[in-house]
Amino acid sequence: MPETVALFNGCGGMSSLLVALGVAIFPLSSGQENFDFFKSLINEVSISVSIFVGAITFTGSIVAMAKLQGWLSTPGWTQSKVRHFVNIVFAVASLIAFFDLINGNSSSIWLLVIVSSLLGIGVTLPIGGADMPVVISLLNSYSGIAAAAAGFVVDSQLLIVAGAMVGAAGLILTQVMCKGMNRSLVSVLFGGSLSAQSTTSSGSGEYTNITSCSVEECALTLEAANKVIIVPGYGLAVAQAQHTLREVTKKLEQNGIEVVYAIHPVAGRMPGHMNVLLAEADVPYEQLKEMDVVNPDFPATDVVLVLGANDVVNPQAKNDSSSPLYGMPVLDVQEARTVFVIKRGMSAGYSGIKNDLFDLPNTSMVFGDAKKVLNDLIGELKDLGVGEK
Amino acid sequence: MSFISLLWVLLLGSLLGLELIGKVPPTLHTPLMSGANAISGITMLAALTLIVKAEGNVPLLIIGSVSLGFALFNVVGGFFVTDRMLAMFSRKPSNKK
Repeated sequence: MPETVALFNGCGGMSSLLVALGVAIFPLSSGQENFDFFKSLINEVSISVSIFVGAITFTGSIVAMAKLQGWLSTPGWTQSKVRHFVNIVFAVASLIAFFDLINGNSSSIWLLVIVSSLLGIGVTLPIGGADMPVVISLLNSYSGIAAAAAGFVVDSQLLIVAGAMVGAAGLILTQVMCKGMNRSLVSVLFGGSLSAQSTTSSGSGEYTNITSCSVEECALTLEAANKVIIVPGYGLAVAQAQHTLREVTKKLEQNGIEVVYAIHPVAGRMPGHMNVLLAEADVPYEQLKEMDVVNPDFPATDVVLVLGANDVVNPQAKNDSSSPLYGMPVLDVQEARTVFVIKRGMSAGYSGIKNDLFDLPNTSMVFGDAKKVLNDLIGELKDLGVGEK
Repeated sequence: MSFISLLWVLLLGSLLGLELIGKVPPTLHTPLMSGANAISGITMLAALTLIVKAEGNVPLLIIGSVSLGFALFNVVGGFFVTDRMLAMFSRKPSNKK
């Protein structure tokens, strides 16, 4: 779903871009009658802004969509210093085109279109992983700004109001998510994806103490538990396992086991992604707990099920000051008595950083696709008589 | 409409957005975002204005129409997705009975 939102968003940006382009090439008849310098300046500035922001929104959203769909991976060169250079070149070029346009050189409008489109790609391409929701909501904000600028172009108050509202809304959401990751907006935009530095500093460590266990053991432990916390992540969304998960938790609840879902603010690829996902599976609203609420509960928890989440449960963020994740608020799942991590393989999370959680003695890995594992889990729980009346 | 008053509209619109969105709980942030996204398709109006003012200028008409198409896609798709998300939320109370 985040990718469709990105796609629609891009279309909004494109629309604003086209309007401004149309007005720029064929000046509206009404604007010509009482020509004065100030008015035409405003007109040209708003056209330029609309084109600039619209183009960034469009190409940025398309890149974001392609990355979310997995069509596009992060190319290596975008992680090096080269990309700063490239983006600065684009930015400067668009500034030149901008002033050229205001000076009356109307042909530079094409330069502006091309360069700002490239800038949109260049800025979005290096960003990945946990930063994706931030980018999406930022692009959303941009499309609002583009619409507001288009409002200035065609002199429409309604457009300006709506555009400004959307722009402000996107900015707030962006801010909320940046706080959730303890990163500033600037570091998201210019820091690139986390993996760049991690491979050299702490990513080199190999897993030494992995405990893998069968679904049966997992079911046995769950049956004996009093309190279970589920930590969903993007993997759950990919596997579309939310309904199966709900069946598992229903069985546990019928057995008198307390089940709570711990929602990290940036779990998934959109703000509130997990909430929507679990709501779809009819999980009661009250069982969804936010990070700050649920963190003190972990020491009193018997079993934590981590489903397709990785970076948001990495204890490195608390313990290892050399880790790129350091300082990011995480769920303290390692405090619980037993942690089961359901995961397809040992691949790293989106940030590309080793997860120390997997090495801890109280963590067991259950390898497999989330949906398949949960289905097996239902079978095992049935055999144990859990949830049977 | 003078430029200054348009600037005022811009400022007030931003403040309205800040005020409205600041009160939405994080749970609803996804539908909120996709709803806001759909609203940004309001550029549709700009596209319409463009078409009206084209007055037979064919290239301008084409640009306006393409722009209208994009904006419509944004609005319709955006609200459709938002609606589907919200439907997931509203189903719950009836199920809990």
